[in-house]
Amino acid sequence: MKTAERQFTTISGVPIQPVYGPEVLRDLDWTRDVGEPGEFPYKRGIHRDMYRGRLWTMRQFSGFATPEETNRRYHYLLEQGQTGLSVAFDLPTLMGYDADHALSEGEVGKCGVSVCSLEDMETVFRGIPLGDVTVSMTINSPAAVLWAMYLAVAEQQGVDWARLSGTLQNDILKEYIAQKEYIFPPQPSMRLVTDTIEFGARHVPRFNPISVSGYHIREAGSTAVQELAFTLRDGIEYVEWGLARGLAIDEFAPRLSFFFNAHSDFFEEIAKYRAARKIWAYVMRDRYGAQSERSQKLRFHAQTAGCSLTWQQPYNNVVRTALQALAAVLGGAQSLHTNSLDEAYALPSEHAVTIALRTQQVLAYETGVPNCPDPLGGSYFLESLTLETERAANDYIRRIDEMGGMIAAIEAGFPQREIAAASYRYQREVEAGERTIVGVNRFQGNDEPIEVLEIDESTASHQCRKLAVLRKRRDNAKVQKSLDALRRCAEKSDNTMPLLLDAVRAYATLGEICDALRSVFGSYQEQAHL
Amino acid sequence: MTRPIRVLVAKPGLDGHDRGAKVIARALRDAGMEVIYTGLRQTPEMIVNAALQEDVQVIGLSILSGAHNAIVPRVLDLLREKKMEDVKVIVGGIVPDEDAAELKKQGVAAVFQPGASLESIVQFIRSAIGKAPASQSVS
Repeated sequence: MKTAERQFTTISGVPIQPVYGPEVLRDLDWTRDVGEPGEFPYKRGIHRDMYRGRLWTMRQFSGFATPEETNRRYHYLLEQGQTGLSVAFDLPTLMGYDADHALSEGEVGKCGVSVCSLEDMETVFRGIPLGDVTVSMTINSPAAVLWAMYLAVAEQQGVDWARLSGTLQNDILKEYIAQKEYIFPPQPSMRLVTDTIEFGARHVPRFNPISVSGYHIREAGSTAVQELAFTLRDGIEYVEWGLARGLAIDEFAPRLSFFFNAHSDFFEEIAKYRAARKIWAYVMRDRYGAQSERSQKLRFHAQTAGCSLTWQQPYNNVVRTALQALAAVLGGAQSLHTNSLDEAYALPSEHAVTIALRTQQVLAYETGVPNCPDPLGGSYFLESLTLETERAANDYIRRIDEMGGMIAAIEAGFPQREIAAASYRYQREVEAGERTIVGVNRFQGNDEPIEVLEIDESTASHQCRKLAVLRKRRDNAKVQKSLDALRRCAEKSDNTMPLLLDAVRAYATLGEICDALRSVFGSYQEQAHL
Repeated sequence: MTRPIRVLVAKPGLDGHDRGAKVIARALRDAGMEVIYTGLRQTPEMIVNAALQEDVQVIGLSILSGAHNAIVPRVLDLLREKKMEDVKVIVGGIVPDEDAAELKKQGVAAVFQPGASLESIVQFIRSAIGKAPASQSVS
C-alpha cells in the first residue's frame, strides 16, 4: 500500500502524525505534567531508581487441576527463579460452587485450581512459607472467602498476618463491566470488597486487598483509553466506598494496587502506564486530599495480552509476548506475568511456562533495559501520546462522574456497550485486512502442532471424593452454627471477615459459604448488551 | 421475500468471557440474520428451550473454558429428545482438533477455532441452511 492511502493509527485507533518534534516538549509544563522518577505526579515511575533498586517481581499466574498438582507446579516455579506466586482458580471456585455442584460439571480444574475448602487451600500452599513469598490471588466474587482461607493457612503455619504480603484480585466492578464472573448484585459485592479493605487496613497491613484491573476490560475488546479510564474510575469507586466506611484516605489508599494489560501496540501501552500514574496521583491528591506519597503512587502489575495470542503458528506468541513485556517494563510495571506460547490452546505446559519466565529473565538480565528509569521519557512522540491518552481517559472519567459513578454507569450498560462496540470495530478491521495478525490473516501456513496440557475428568472425581470425606469428618454442628452467624452478619452491616474466618476454620466449604451469602444478598443477572 | 435465517447465540457453562459470542452475534445480524443472544450461564436445557421457543434454525455455542465435552453432547441429546434434529449446532471457541472431530461425529455441524473469520462463519451458516445471502447483507 502507498503511504498516502494508509491510515496510521494505534491498535486502538488513535491517529499518529507523520513526525513529532520539540514543540511537544515546549507545550509541556515539565514539573506539572511529567516530573522526575519518584516525584509527583510519578509519570516517570514511582521510584527514583526504579529497577536499579529492585527488579519487577516475576509472577506467573498459574493453577490447574487439583490442589496437589498446583502445589507441585508452585514448587517448580519457585525453583526456577520465579519471585512471587499468583493463583489461578477454576470457574466453579470463582463462581462460588463446590466441585460436586451440578453447575460444576465439566469445569472442575479446567481453568485453574479447584479449591472447595480450607483443606484444599492448605494443600495448595503446602511447604511454601507464606511469610517469605508474596502471593497474588485472582478471585473477585468470592475473594473475601478465599482470603479468609489463606489467612487461616497462615495461622496454621504460625505466620503473623502482619508479615503477609500479596494481592487479591478483588475487583468486582470490572466483572460487571467485562469478565462477567459475578455472583451477587453490585451493592452487596461492593460491601464485601470494602470489608476486605477495612479488615486489611486493620489486621493485614502489608497485603493489597484489591487489584483494580483493566486487564479483563482490554481482553473483552476495549481500547487502551477505555481500559485506562474504566479502571481508574473503578478505583475511584472503591475509594468512595472506603471513605464512606469511615476509613481515612491515607489509611487504605496506599494498599490499592492496579493491574493492566500489556497489549501489542508498543508505544500506546507505554503511554497508557505513564498516563495512569499521573491521573491517579492528581486524583488522589486533589480530589481526595491524600497526603501520603504512597497513596498517590499508582503501583501496577502487568500481564501480556492473552487475546493477542494466536492458535495459528503458536511459536510466534513467544515474540509477541516478549515485545509486550518490554512495553510493560519500559512503562514501569512493579510485577509482570508473561503468557505462554500455548495459551490460545490450553493452560500452559511446564515447557511453555518456562520459556515465558525465561523471557522475563532475558529482559531483566541481558537487555540492559532496567538500567535507567523511564528511558523513553522526553521522546517527542511518547510524551505527546501520553498526554493524548491522559486527556481522552479524563474525558471518560468525567462522563462517568456525571452519570453518578461507576455502579450507575454499569447499570446503564455504558462501559459494556463502549467495549462491545470497540471490539466489534477491531474485528471488522481484522476481517477487512486493515489490521494484520501475522499467521492469521497474512503470512499463513506452516502451522506446527504443539503439545498441550490436558486436564481430565479425574480432577473432578478426586475433588468430589475429598468433599464427601470432609463433609463426614468435620463437626457439622459447628459448621452450621458458623454459617448461621455469617448469615446474620450479612443481613446487618458489620464486617463479614471475622465470621468468614470462623466458617472456613470450621471447614465450611466455599459453596456452603457462598450459598449462605446468596440467601441474603441474592444473585446478579445482567442485561446482555450487544 | 424469504424469511431471514434465525440463529440462537448462547454461552453455556460458567465462563463469562463473552467477547466472541457478542462479536459473532453482531456479525450475523449485519449479515441479515435474525439473532437471539441468550446471555451468560445457560444450561443445555435453557438453550434448547430457547431454541424451541424462538424457532431458530441454528444454535451457536461459544465455549472457551474447556467444558465443551460435557456441554455440547447434552445439547445434542436434548435436541434429539425434542425431535429438533434439523436445528444445526455450531460451536466456537477453544476446542482442540481431536475434540472437534469427536463433536462433529456426534452431530455438530461445524466447529470454529480461534482465528476463524466472521465471513467463514456467515458463509457456513448460509450454505448449511441452503439460502442465498439476503440482499441487504453485503457490507
